[in-house]
Amino acid sequence: MVLVQVIVAGLLIGSVYALFSSGLTLVWGMMNVINFAHGEFVMLGMYVAFWAFTLLNFGVASFGLAAAILLFVLGVLVYFCLIKHVMRGPMLAQILSTFGLVLVLRYSAFWAFGSNFVGLPENILGPSLNVGGILLSAPKLVAGVAALVITIGMHLLLTRTMLGSRILAVAENRNAAMLMGIKPDRMQAIAWGLSGASAGIAGALIATFFPISATVGESLGLIAFVVVTFGGFGSVPGAMVAGLIIGLIESLSAFYFGPIYQDVFVYALFVLVLWIRPRGLMGKA
Amino acid sequence: MSRYGYSLLALGLLAFPLSFDNPYYEQLGSLVLLAAISASAWNLIGGYAGQVSVGNAVFFGAGAYMPLLFYKLWGISPLFGFPVGIAISIVIAVIIGIPTFRLSGHYFSMATIAVAELIRIVVSNWDFLGASIGLTGPAIPRDWADLVFRSSVPYYYMFLGVLALLLFITYRIERSRFGYYLRAIRGSDRAARSLGVPVSRYKLYIFMLSATFTSLAGSLYAVKFGFVDPASGFGILVSVNMVIIAALGGAGRLFGPLLGAVILIPLQSETNSLFGGSGTGFTYILYGSIIMLIARFEPGGLLEIWERFQERRKTQRENKSNVA
Repeated sequence: MVLVQVIVAGLLIGSVYALFSSGLTLVWGMMNVINFAHGEFVMLGMYVAFWAFTLLNFGVASFGLAAAILLFVLGVLVYFCLIKHVMRGPMLAQILSTFGLVLVLRYSAFWAFGSNFVGLPENILGPSLNVGGILLSAPKLVAGVAALVITIGMHLLLTRTMLGSRILAVAENRNAAMLMGIKPDRMQAIAWGLSGASAGIAGALIATFFPISATVGESLGLIAFVVVTFGGFGSVPGAMVAGLIIGLIESLSAFYFGPIYQDVFVYALFVLVLWIRPRGLMGKA
Repeated sequence: MSRYGYSLLALGLLAFPLSFDNPYYEQLGSLVLLAAISASAWNLIGGYAGQVSVGNAVFFGAGAYMPLLFYKLWGISPLFGFPVGIAISIVIAVIIGIPTFRLSGHYFSMATIAVAELIRIVVSNWDFLGASIGLTGPAIPRDWADLVFRSSVPYYYMFLGVLALLLFITYRIERSRFGYYLRAIRGSDRAARSLGVPVSRYKLYIFMLSATFTSLAGSLYAVKFGFVDPASGFGILVSVNMVIIAALGGAGRLFGPLLGAVILIPLQSETNSLFGGSGTGFTYILYGSIIMLIARFEPGGLLEIWERFQERRKTQRENKSNVA
């Protein structure tokens, strides 16, 4: 029974991983730029949720929305001020730019919000549920299910709507898209916005049960990379499946070997995937 | 730079600790040289080959831990740990390099960071390596082989020697077939491959060389400070330091990392003493901003600005002589 509980908990956190990783995979697949600061976006989403709750008494739905909107704006800003100018420059400039962003965001948060862990009240979403002998904490359940729904929504947005087709057209061939009357700059900015928003919502969702600190983005960002590599870059469904698997592996290794080693297993898996199947589960060759 | 310039630089570096009788400047000088060594080692893979490693701390940490581990286990001179650290670093470089050098550069960057974090977590929890407390070296020197000196001056010359060796090797590589291959790889992976350059193999060679000298820098750090813990050996900011120092001065240029170190290390030391304990946070906000500004406006670093300036002066002079 305990094992079932561990598995369910792993899948629930895994679906949150899937949500923010789908944002990372979107910009990576689309313009071949890696956002090293993606974990920091998630961290900011967590703080937005925390402050919206403590200062403004927002409920869960509204602080999720607030995090999404603010991080959407941040994503667009980062695109126009930074990425737009370095994306066709040398590799070094691309990697340095978002790496610098990591340091600025992480240590500004450290400076502004302090080094202490903060958290939302534990029973913000009600008490734990007992489903057939399995104890489920309400925040994890809500976060997991909501994340899954939003990730699927994101996939549908990309594959079934006009906006999604335009984004994918720019990803496929920038010049051809331009000839069809699509403005690539605007589409890429929207992709960055969506990417930021997905990280923001994911941050707000895990803020309900995860201790919040300025440095939390470091491990979350690395998890996002592992999920994206494992799923195949550019593939939202791939990120979804990989996110669930990573959540499961993390949960099981924490259960069997202790929580200190959960990240070790995830990073080792990453190196293993690079050796065995570098294009990931659903990536293009 | 002219021959005149080189000799002036060498003379200045040699005379620096002799011109002060101030331990603070001697210490600062040795720190600048140490940072220049690790940044120049990063420059081989990141600057010359264009493969941006953000996890070179893993080699630095291996190099720093091994000498102190040998001292802790058997009480022998830390010198014995130097080659072991280098050997471990080369093995790690091969493990990271073989799968990722076939793929696009992003994979390499991510793999370096993931492996560095993986090893940092393992070391922080492994009692054999002192877990989160770290390792310490001999406090009182028993003989010269312990490499424990009270003054910073012997370290200064030791670091200067290693830096000179590294820069000499880099200089030779720059002018060899190997160097041309690297330049082709940095320009375009695919184009280099189509011209028959064994791309993955040469990336791996230069990465192994980079790992060797980064490890050596770590060993030197360990004997200088006689202490290492997971954050100062394997921390992500150790890697960041190497990248930013090289990029500020000029990545892929022989003297870029040295210039970057001369500027940034004193700056870091000043901000740390100015802001006290809370300074580290502020230092990294500053670092991040500098990195973003370099990437956005001058990915070639300060040396490129200087070269452009020189060239403009030259054309101006030529124009003038043409008129006359």
